[in-house]
This record gives sequence, C-alpha cells and structure tokens, in this order.
Amino acid sequence: MDLLLENVCHSYGETEVLRDISLSIPSGKIMCIVGPSGCGKSTLLRLLGGLERPSSGQVVQLGTPPENCINPLTYVFQDFALLPWRTVEKNIGLVLEDHQIAKARRAEIIADVLARTKLTDFAGALPRQLSGGMKQRVALARALAVNPAVMLMDEPLSALDSQTRELLMGDLVNLWTRQPFTAVYVTHNLNEAVRLGHSIVVLSRRPGCIREVVTIEKPLSERQIRDSELDAKQEYLWNLMREEAAAADQELLNV
Amino acid sequence: MSDRKVVKFRGAGFAPISKRGVGPLVFILLIGFLEFGTRVGFISNLTMPRPSDVFWTFVNLWSSGLLWQHLIPSLTRLLVGSSLGISAGIGVGVLVGLFSFIRAGLVPLVSALFPIPKIALLPLFVIWFGIDETSKYALIAFGTFTPTVVATYGAVDNVDRSLIRMGQSFNLSWLSIVTKIVLPGAMPGILSGLRISLAIGIILLVAAEMLGAQYGIGAYILEAGSLYDLERLFTGVAILSVMGVTISALIGRVERRLLKWRV
Ligand SMILES: Nc1ncnc2c1ncn2[C@@H]1O[C@H](COP(=O)(O)OP(=O)(O)O)[C@@H](O)[C@H]1O
Ligand SMILES: [Mg+2]
Repeated sequence: MDLLLENVCHSYGETEVLRDISLSIPSGKIMCIVGPSGCGKSTLLRLLGGLERPSSGQVVQLGTPPENCINPLTYVFQDFALLPWRTVEKNIGLVLEDHQIAKARRAEIIADVLARTKLTDFAGALPRQLSGGMKQRVALARALAVNPAVMLMDEPLSALDSQTRELLMGDLVNLWTRQPFTAVYVTHNLNEAVRLGHSIVVLSRRPGCIREVVTIEKPLSERQIRDSELDAKQEYLWNLMREEAAAADQELLNV
Repeated sequence: MSDRKVVKFRGAGFAPISKRGVGPLVFILLIGFLEFGTRVGFISNLTMPRPSDVFWTFVNLWSSGLLWQHLIPSLTRLLVGSSLGISAGIGVGVLVGLFSFIRAGLVPLVSALFPIPKIALLPLFVIWFGIDETSKYALIAFGTFTPTVVATYGAVDNVDRSLIRMGQSFNLSWLSIVTKIVLPGAMPGILSGLRISLAIGIILLVAAEMLGAQYGIGAYILEAGSLYDLERLFTGVAILSVMGVTISALIGRVERRLLKWRV
C-alpha cells in the first residue's frame, strides 16, 4: 500500500499552514520530514493519517493494506499517549480489543511486540513507573502490534534526553533492519533525520512547501554516530534550513 | 570569603501528606473540652449537653433497638435516592461533556437548577410523588443530581485530549473511547464530586424526614428538638456526622483502589 499527497493545501482560518504539497510515500522506507518549528509538520502528519481534512487537494491510498494489517495508518506520538491507568500489556491490548481477534492470538501479538521492543519484563508495569524512553518503547510496541502499513511518527524522540534518544534510534534501526516498515518520521532534529531517513523532505517555513527531497543511499544499519558522509548531509540540510529557521523565528517574534 | 552562611531552606509546605491520628485527636480534644467544661460548670448544662450523657443516650437508643428502626429507613432513603441521582448525574454529565448540542442545551438548565434550595421544593415533590418514600427518594436524587452533573462534565472536559486522539488514531469505536479513555480519565473528578453530592444527600435526607416521616434520623432529631431534649438532639446529630465521616472514608477507599495509577 502506498500513500500519496496530491496538491495538498491546508489553512487554519486565516493562517495558511501548508501550500501545494505533492509527495509519494515509498513503502518499506523511512521518510523523514524536517522543517522549522511551526511550518506544519505535525499538521501534515495529521492529514496523512486522516485526523484532519485538507483544505484542498487530497491524500490518496494506493492499493489495499496487507491482510494481517489491523490499523493501516498508525501514529506514534511525541507525548507517548499511554493510558496511565493501564499496565504496559493492557495499553498494547487496548488497540487490539476492538477487533475480532481471538484472546490467544492477542496474547501472542502482545508477547511478540514486547519481545521486539525488549519490554517483556515490564509487561505489568504502570506508565508512571517507566522512564520516558521506556514509555516511548511501549508506544512503539503498541504501534507495531497493529501491524501498520504506514507508521506516522511525530517527533517521537523529542521528549527524551540525548542518551535515551541515541539508544532508541538504535532500537528503531534494528527493528527496521529485521522487518522493514514504512514510516513518515517528523523531526526537527537533523541528526535523527540523517540516521533514520532513507529520504528527507525539507519543508520551508510557514506556509510549508517542499524545498527539497534529499536521499541517503547508505543502509540504516551501517550508519554510525560519527560518519563523515552523514555529517556532510546534515550540514547540507542545515544550510538549507538555516535561513528558513531564522526567518521563522523572527516571524514568531513579530506575531 | 569570610561571610559564611548556610543557604536557607525555603521549599517547605504545599505538599500535604497523610498524618495518622491527627483527625481523631481533634475530636478527642474537642469532646474532652466539652466534657470537662460541663462537669466543672463553666459550660452550663442548658447550653450544651454533657458528651457522656449523649453517649449514654446513644447506648440506650442502641439497646432499645430504636437505633436500627431509625437508621435503616434513613440509610435506605440515602442509598436509593443518591444512587438514582448520582447515576443519572454521571450519565448526563458525560453526555454534556461529549456532545456540543447537549451541552448548549443543558448547561444553562443545570446552572438554573443548581442554586435552588431543593428543600424548598419538597412540597412540590409531595404533590408529585405522594407523602411516602418516593418523594424522599426524589428529593435526594434531585439534590445529588446537579452537583454530580457539574463535577462530571468538568472532569470529562479535563480528560487529556491527546489520549482521545490516540484512541481515534487506532480506530477504536466511539463506545470504547468513552468507556476506556473518557470515563477512567474523568474518574478522579467524578469521585471528588461524589464527596460533595453525598454530603448534600445527607442534608436533604434529614430535611425530608423532618417534613413527614415516622422513623428516620431526621424524625428523631426533629422530635428531640421540639422537646428541647439536647441529649437526644446531639445523639442524632452525632449519628449524622458519623455517617458523613463513614461515607467520606468509603470514597477514600474507592479512590485508593480505582486511582492507584495516579502519581
Ligand atoms: N488546530 C489548530 N488550529 C489553529 N492553528 C493551528 C492548529 N494546529 C496548528 N496550528 C498552527 O499551524 C501551524 C503549524 O503547526 P504544526 O503543524 O504543529 O507545526 P510543526 O509541527 O511543524 O511545529 C502553527 O502556526 C500552528 O500555530
Ligand atoms: Mg509539531
């Protein structure tokens, strides 16, 4: 299943947020979206997953999602969005409950995603007992449980400290390497973008339109923390964004 | 630097922790003071009954079997009336919290009903439901209904929107979102609203019983009051206080059970 954005524009009242975005989400790859804050990255993601309707243009789904896919378009949120009154296991169970899935099969899925995110020992813990990184791993496990055709990730690592972020990036790379998934990964962190993105879409400041799409050929598993090729890409991206970011900053001041 | 000073601690307070035994101590001191005062004589027996006399009146009430004759009808009325009012209140409160149309229609109505002293409506209820139990149930139900609605829709408003959005993004059904996300999320607010609703329920119980009941704590208090029998009056009042404390403790237990997840 492929996702396609066709001439999508979006405004909130008078504020034009996105202008004429056309983009095809390649399946089996991670596409990163970077851009200055307030340029409409989160809005774009909400449009992609059907949580918001574009003012004009359309989001098209090409083909049908695979048979075993429970929730084709699945989000991972920056603030984790775990139910604080449910244990890790039941938080994951929540998204399986509304579908006719046999109890045994449900338990199987939960055990599988817990193992893949190395959370098996924490199945019975409540969110408040977990660190930020653990909570995001639970959210990731929950997203994996519904076997999404496309994962929509809105700055999933932004609420975490840099060490935890590094660890989770490693986890994401491992997960993808073992079983490639399609993801749209919004971030304002260029380092995350060059480590995780097969392609990186650079948005201009508001109203956001596509400035450039940068691709990185190097396989995810071979990307290291210090890597001159990635550093060069990151610098290139930063040069693209620098003026936009500065201007966006000014705009916020002027409002 | 010769001028050495330890940095002053200024982070104290604003963090209530449970102190065991302080609550009972206040009661003991107060009752001890009254007992002492009435015995020594600086509190006249005409203005305040002696606590020990009140206690013996209570023991008499108990041993004569009259206590249960009064208490059981009262508890039944409170139970039936407030469960009707509270369940309707939570239901309407959730609807008001979820649907803009219902909110627009009902919030002004609830605001109009809230400040009416429900006791004033007792004659109306008597006309509608008769002099017997039904009108008492209705009064208590009505009195607990409005504060429960207000507490519930406030609590529903305060449920984390990002959790609801999460539910939608995983295609949970509307019913699942309400029962698994909205209601548990609103539970803290609903429970603290219950404390107020039930206290109002007790007040209305007594009022209803004063206006036409043979048995019941309210009837007992009314009878004692009309005879200026202060010992019995205070016995009745003390029973009400114990009821209040018990209900509050029960809600506390329910809160601890249901809200274990809170930080
Ligand atoms: N629900 C909304 N109503 C009105 N304005 C909004 C809403 N959501 C976002 N915006 C505005 O749209 C712009 C883009 O927001 P967003 O997509 O969150 O940016 P980003 O995620 O790139 O930082 C911002 O200026 C923001 O104020
Ligand atoms: Mg954002």
